[in-house]
Amino acid sequence: MVAIVDYGVGNLFSLKSSLAAIGAEAVVTSDPEVLAAADQIILPGVGAFEDAAKKLRDTGLDEVVKTLAARGKPLMGICLGMQMLFEKSYEFGEHPGLGLIPGAVKPIRDVIPADYKIPHIGWNGLRFRQESPLFRYIKEGDFVYFVHSFYAADCPEFVLADTEYGAYLTAAVAKGNVMGCQFHPEKSGAVGLSILKAFTEMKEEAPC
Amino acid sequence: MITKRIIPCLDVKDGRVVKGVNFQGLQDVSSPVALAKFYSENGADELVFYDITASAEGRRLFTDILTETARQVFIPLTVGGGINTLNDFDRVLKCGADKVSVNSGAIRNPGLVEEAAKRYGSQCVVLSADVKRVEGTYRVFAKGGREDTGMEAISWIKRCVDNGAGEIVVNSINTDGVKGGFDLEMLQAVCDAVSVPVIASGGAGCMEDFTTLFRTVPGVDAGLAASIFHFGEVAIPELKQMLAREGIPMRV
Repeated sequence: MVAIVDYGVGNLFSLKSSLAAIGAEAVVTSDPEVLAAADQIILPGVGAFEDAAKKLRDTGLDEVVKTLAARGKPLMGICLGMQMLFEKSYEFGEHPGLGLIPGAVKPIRDVIPADYKIPHIGWNGLRFRQESPLFRYIKEGDFVYFVHSFYAADCPEFVLADTEYGAYLTAAVAKGNVMGCQFHPEKSGAVGLSILKAFTEMKEEAPC
Repeated sequence: MITKRIIPCLDVKDGRVVKGVNFQGLQDVSSPVALAKFYSENGADELVFYDITASAEGRRLFTDILTETARQVFIPLTVGGGINTLNDFDRVLKCGADKVSVNSGAIRNPGLVEEAAKRYGSQCVVLSADVKRVEGTYRVFAKGGREDTGMEAISWIKRCVDNGAGEIVVNSINTDGVKGGFDLEMLQAVCDAVSVPVIASGGAGCMEDFTTLFRTVPGVDAGLAASIFHFGEVAIPELKQMLAREGIPMRV
């Protein structure tokens, strides 16, 4: 069973539907016991970093997620959920994240040419930087759907894939059992479903 | 490289797709769910559902259909038609819409775009503008293009972007239904004025119209059309392959 962390941010209908479409049993929950019993955990997120990080803290789920990640449970952040895995974000100020992956979230504007539009929205291709079981069913160059104005920086050794938008922007990351996608796999057609399928096949491993 | 998007638009009334459609292998040609699924499996980068129902019963049917579509289709889904309040945003977002398109609602209620952008984020708020030339200026029209609001279109669009609209659909009344190509001049004027994605609508008659669109107005991010796709005059996979051959970035 996959557990989608419900901390009052965003609409989880599409994510739940996409997991159902690949035959994965999914539950949307804020119950720590359900999260602990799940085979994998997805941390979703849309909107502003500060607001989402605060909601996650206020529900106490930040500690739950960190504990389970430390135990080796596969954890995947999506979009803002991925950004929250990092140490901090510079989205309208400076805000702490979960600190599960070293690095910081910074404005795209700092690295792309002035004539590129913000947000980076639409379908863009993946360039692989490392092998990952997450990419088991897809190939380099496959297109996924992005909507974001900030990106994960200062984390070169954890980048699984990036995408070209006037600069190479982090598209997928992993540090052991903790991983994330900046794009929306639940909105990326067959390619996105394949990534979710690969994730739901991952097993909890004892941390090394 | 980010790709240009091709977006079919489905007008839905009382739970059925309004314009007649005819595809091989598609049993129920007026089922929005079946058509949406067909398009998502055949190259569409995004879908727009437009609710043209007037009755409460029809509106309920529309939300049912939206829910069923979002259960089966995993590409971005934009919903428009009858969006006048934050409650309307809430209603369609809960059913699985990713973006909500406002038109007359934003004209009637000038605070709507800003309130919606604050609550749901700019990426969620699409301003759809029906624009027509009147006495040498671009004017915004309301009520499905029937009513001249007297407002100058470019400044109206700019104001909505300042208030948080994250994407603009420019529907040229001058070229809509004529099938003689997109309104390149109007689209260029909008692209020059705003820095958010611009979606061209109105006038597509053949594949070459899309080539001309993306070549002539490189600031345009997407091309939207309805009947030429529904009637099978243009098949999206062929269109995208042709555009890719012409050097326009496409997801193929």
